[in-house]
Parts: sequence; structure tokens; C-alpha cells
Amino acid sequence: MSTALDEATDLKQVEFNKYDFRTDTPSVFKSRKGLDAEIVAQISEMKQEPGWMRDFRLKSFEIFESKPMPAWGGRLGIDFQDIYYYLKPTDHQGKTWDDVPDAIKQTFDRLGIPEAERKFLAGVKAQFESEVVYGSLQEDLAKQGVIFTDTDTAVREHSDLLREYFGTIIPPSDNKFAALNSAVWSGGSFIYVPKGVKIEFPLQAYFRINAENMGQFERTLIIVDEGAQVHYVEGCTAPMYSSESLHSAVVEIIVKRGGRCRYTTIQNWANNIYNLVTKRAMAYADATMEWVDGNLGSQLTMKYPAVYMMEPGARGEILSIAFASAGQHQDAGAKLVHCAPNTSGRIVSKSISKNGGRASYRGLVKVEPGAKKSRSSVVCDALILDDKSRSDTYPYIEVEEQDVSIGHEASVSKIGEEQLFYLMSRGLTEAEASAMIVGGFVEPLIKELPMEYAVEMNKLIQLQMEGSVG
Amino acid sequence: MEQLVIRDLHVAVEGQEILRGVDLTIGRGEVHALMGPNGSGKSTLGFCIMGHPGYEVTAGTIELVAADGSVRDVLAMEPDERARAGIFLAFQRPMSIPGVRLAEFLRHSVTNIRNPDRKEGEELMPMREFRAELKAKMAELSMDPEFAKRYVNDGFSGGEMKRAEILQLAMLRPRFAILDETDSGLDADAVRLASQSIATIGGAEMGILIITHHEQLLEHNIPLRTHVMLGGRIVESGGPELAAELHKRGYERIRAAYPEAAAVERAIEDSRAAAAT
Repeated sequence: MSTALDEATDLKQVEFNKYDFRTDTPSVFKSRKGLDAEIVAQISEMKQEPGWMRDFRLKSFEIFESKPMPAWGGRLGIDFQDIYYYLKPTDHQGKTWDDVPDAIKQTFDRLGIPEAERKFLAGVKAQFESEVVYGSLQEDLAKQGVIFTDTDTAVREHSDLLREYFGTIIPPSDNKFAALNSAVWSGGSFIYVPKGVKIEFPLQAYFRINAENMGQFERTLIIVDEGAQVHYVEGCTAPMYSSESLHSAVVEIIVKRGGRCRYTTIQNWANNIYNLVTKRAMAYADATMEWVDGNLGSQLTMKYPAVYMMEPGARGEILSIAFASAGQHQDAGAKLVHCAPNTSGRIVSKSISKNGGRASYRGLVKVEPGAKKSRSSVVCDALILDDKSRSDTYPYIEVEEQDVSIGHEASVSKIGEEQLFYLMSRGLTEAEASAMIVGGFVEPLIKELPMEYAVEMNKLIQLQMEGSVG
Repeated sequence: MEQLVIRDLHVAVEGQEILRGVDLTIGRGEVHALMGPNGSGKSTLGFCIMGHPGYEVTAGTIELVAADGSVRDVLAMEPDERARAGIFLAFQRPMSIPGVRLAEFLRHSVTNIRNPDRKEGEELMPMREFRAELKAKMAELSMDPEFAKRYVNDGFSGGEMKRAEILQLAMLRPRFAILDETDSGLDADAVRLASQSIATIGGAEMGILIITHHEQLLEHNIPLRTHVMLGGRIVESGGPELAAELHKRGYERIRAAYPEAAAVERAIEDSRAAAAT
């Protein structure tokens, strides 16, 4: 029996299939399931790492074991012994797409990465399971001294630079998942932008989980030197499996005097992914750090990109969109820490929840003693599409200085019957009207994105909206 | 002739009967005026024709009769289906849709209404074609094209909202339009401009029901019939001279002539006042 509803669902399925496909890709090496010190040592050995990194990993594993699971945020039903921690998909990294094994290349073709690379990117890294399988960087940027490589290669080829910063912004002891990442990390991006070099087009990394029960633990370190500028974009997807996978990244960023870094995330995880990510940047004098964070999909996301404003004139900005649908909990937010006078920050968070989804904003604005004339504003708006869904706000403000200006505004709204009726009276179906209202709700954030990403983000949100009525 | 036919329409809101047997037939190409004191049920009639979910039709029919005599049951349609069937309501207080540009909204709306069978997700009207048409229409209505880039009714003045409704009317070209106090909140010049605009848009292709307290809006839209509503019923119908009389003298003669409807009006007012306290 086929009904109109079935057909609508089928259509939606076809659309979601853009991300929900698996490829049969034999791996070169797969660690045994579960986690212990032997596996951690084995990962280090496979990568032929120097002793300091091996020791760093083993120490981090001890910290991981000693730390309890976080008691706040979302429900974490992770069985750490039911996960593969390292899966090497290929023996070598491609410099052209033709060097990449066919099945993996096809995956990224379907995700549109090579096409985007041709059109508007300055460089690309594509990570499949645990390793970066393809990398490129425009030649003129390489000539100017820009480094854009996977972090494993950086350990070998740029070890002095890497070692100076690695694990200093987010030490393994920061939290349980930072410790886990520090123990088993693999892949991720290493970027260095030399003094005064401004990279016009974005550098993009794409993270793809393909296997079931997989843990992906990329590790990214970005150093923007004085007066330099970069826009880094990451995209993440995975197919749907019946059991959970874990994505737990660590991203550390340093923006030196007068530098500028924008880090944009557009992720659309399948509903079985635990997405537990620690992201933190330090911005020095007159530097600007911007996080643009689009959180779609996953079973549970816990992610609070942070900017520590270390010297006068530093600026931090965090724009975040979260969309929680059936079976999803987005516990997302932002942190601004004012450590010096005359620093300024802004958080704009928009969340949408529907079909029983739960979206939480969790944010911190902290002003350290002496950070006079600091300014921060926080605006978080939540849109709830039905009575089954939920939205919470947990804003924390810790101010240890008198001479500051901190603003906080929060709103929660439901899609109104009157708005729907107005749009429907102009010929829009109920689903089209809801989608239009949601599109308008996130528009102030979307318009901050470069056009290509704005289009992608809108598409993902409309995808989430399809079939939402009924 | 195509007609919008309302017969013996009874409507309740939260159990209270607001319309108590309305009969009204509007032919395509005709202009009708609907007048009456506040609370007499004029806006309710507009909302019911458009299909607002907050109003319960307890008896009566609303039908679209085609030129060949075939009949469509309007009450069985969702609001968007009514719009696609050619019915339009210019809102007295239109809703704001923050973040959605007027042009973007109109392009979607125009596409659906011109292709009533369009399915969700199918292509919209080509951007270039739409923009050209929108620009031309805005020029006709002496509107700044930049206006279409603003978010729908978001931060609009009262006058801007009404202008935006008229622009939608011009773009959507419905078969039957209900204009609910499209003159309220406007100064005399703005009302004259609105009146001219409506006359330009209308014509033989459009049946119009103008809900108004004043006769200025009718200056360029001489009604074939003027109807007076009181206590949820149309108690009297006449020519344009009736509109002029009501505008000059108010509703005392009507209340005196129809004491039963006037009593209902008072009862409805009392229960509203009680609900408000």
C-alpha cells in the first residue's frame, strides 16, 4: 500500500541519501575493538611517531581513565570498549584525486568536494575514518610559506612548530574527551599562516566516517601569525548505522597580534553519532577570532567553542546554529573569556527544535580581574516547532571586574498559528510556510557565511524541515 | 459569470456565535463594499472565507462557482488551497515574518498560485522573470524597488504594511479579493493612493469585497452593492449612496431599523467586555 505520506517519506529518503551511503572500503589496518594502553601504543607505532608523542598519548590515556564522565549536558551512553579507535583506510595520501582509492574518491565525489575545490577553495584536506586521504594547497600559498597539512605529517615535518603549541591551548587534563582525543588522535589539519599573509579563499577539511562503531578523533592546530588571515571550513558527515559511533575532536587555535581567523563548521551527522568536541582559540592583541558553528544531526552534540582574549584589543565572536530533531539533543553554546582590558566579544546563538528534539544553549562569559572596559553581548534565540520539542538555556556569567559592559538577551518562540495562516493564505503549504519561517529565523546568521556555505547551510536546514508536518 | 457564493453562514469562536446567517454573492469583476460598526463580524467573514483555523463554521456554505456552473466547496479547502483557487485576503493587521524578504516570499507565493498543482520542492518561477515583473508592478504602484528587500512586515509602519498587501494583490491577481480595512491607519493622501491602486489592479478579472469604515477607499472603486453588517448579519444592502450615508450619519438609523441585530451587537460587546476583565 502506498500513500501520499509514504511517497513524501521516500522523497526525503532520497535526499538524505546524499549523506547516508556506505562504501565497501577494505582498510589497510584496523585496530582491535576497544581501548587500552596497548592500543594507544599501537596507534603511535603505526604512525612511527617520535617518543615525545608516544609518551603524550600514554599519559593522556591515564588521564582519560582517571576522569569521570561529565555529569552535565546530555545523556552519554557510550560503551568505550565497543568502538574501533583506529582505522587506516589507505597506505598513502593522494596529492591528486586520481591517487585516492576509487571507492573513497567516489565518496568525496558524491559529497561534492572535488567540485568545490575547483570552484572556490584555496586548499582541501579529506579525511576518511582515521586518516587524511587527500590533500591540496594552492601553489602560490605554499610559496608564501603557508602550511596546510594533516597533523600526522606535521608531527614529522614541522615538529618544532607543532610541539611549541600542541596541547597547550587544550591540555589533555581539560576534560575527559580532550584526554581521549589526546590519547588516540589521528588526522586533522595543521595550518600555519605566516606574518602578514592573507588567504583570500577558504581552506576546507572534510571529515567522513564510513565504518560502523567507528571513533574519529581528528586533531587540529591552527597558528595565525601576526597580521595574517585565514578562513578554515570543516564539513562532517556519516552514514546511518544501528549502533553508535563517536566523533571527538580537539581544535586548538592561536591568533597572534592583529591576525584574523574564522573557523566555520557545517556538520550534518547521522543520528547515531556522539559528537563531543573541544574547540578553543587564544586571541592576542587586536586579533580577531570567529567561530561559526552549524550543528545539525547527531544523537548528542556537546560543543562550546571558546575564545580566550589574552591581550588588549582582542575580539572574539561566536555564531552558532543548532537544529535538534527526533532523537537528537544539541547541547551547544560558546565561551568568551576576557583576560585583558579592552577586549570585546559577541555570541549569537539560534536553535531550532522539532519532532521531540532538544536544543540547549550553554554558554559562559567570563571577565578576569583587570580586564577593564571589556564588552560582551550574548543573544540566544530559540524556536520551537511543536509541543513535543524542548529548548533550554544555561547562560553562565562570571565577572570579576567592575568596569565592564555585559549584555544578555534570550528569547524563546513558537511558530505561531497566525504566521502560518498568513503565509498559507498566500498559497504556501503548511510545510513550506514552516520552512520559510525557520529560514527567516536563521537568516541573520546565514548571511554572515560566504555564499557557497550559506547555500549549503540553507539546504541542510530545509532538509531537516522536510516531512516535519504531519 | 464566476461567483463567490456565501449562503447562510454561521460561525462561532470559542463557542460564541459571531456570524449568524450571512448571505453574499460576489461576481468576478464586481466591487462590493461591506460596512458596519466595529465588532459586527466583518473581519470574521474575511477570515472565514480565507479559512482561518480559529473560526468554526457551524452552518452554511461558501462555494466558488465557475463560469460553466461547476461548483467547488471552499469550506473543504485548506487556506493554501483557497489561495490557489483564487481567493485573497488583504489583512487588516498582516503578520511579520522576520528574516524572510518580501521578494523571496512573493516569488514562492506567485509560483504556487499560478501553478495550483505545484508540488513542494518543485522549481520556483525563474528569478529573472519574477524580478522583472515585480519591478514593473512596484513602479506602477509608485513603490521603491528596495522595499521588496525588506523582511515581510518586519518593522513596517502601518502604511507600509497596507502597501505591501496591495503589492501582493497586484502580483497574485486573485479571482476574488477581500480587502479588510486596507485604509485603516492611513492618512487621506495614502487612502487616495490605495484607492487608485486597487482600481488599477482590479477590473473585469477580479471580484472585490472592500471592508471599510470610510467611503474614500471607494472613491475609485464604486461598489455595485454596499452591504451593512450588524450583529453578525447583513441587514441591509444598497447602492453607493448607502456608503455615503453611513459615512456621514453613522449607524443609528440602521440600529433603530434592526433592533434585533442591534441587541445581538450589544450582547456580543458585553460578553467581550466581560472576557476582557
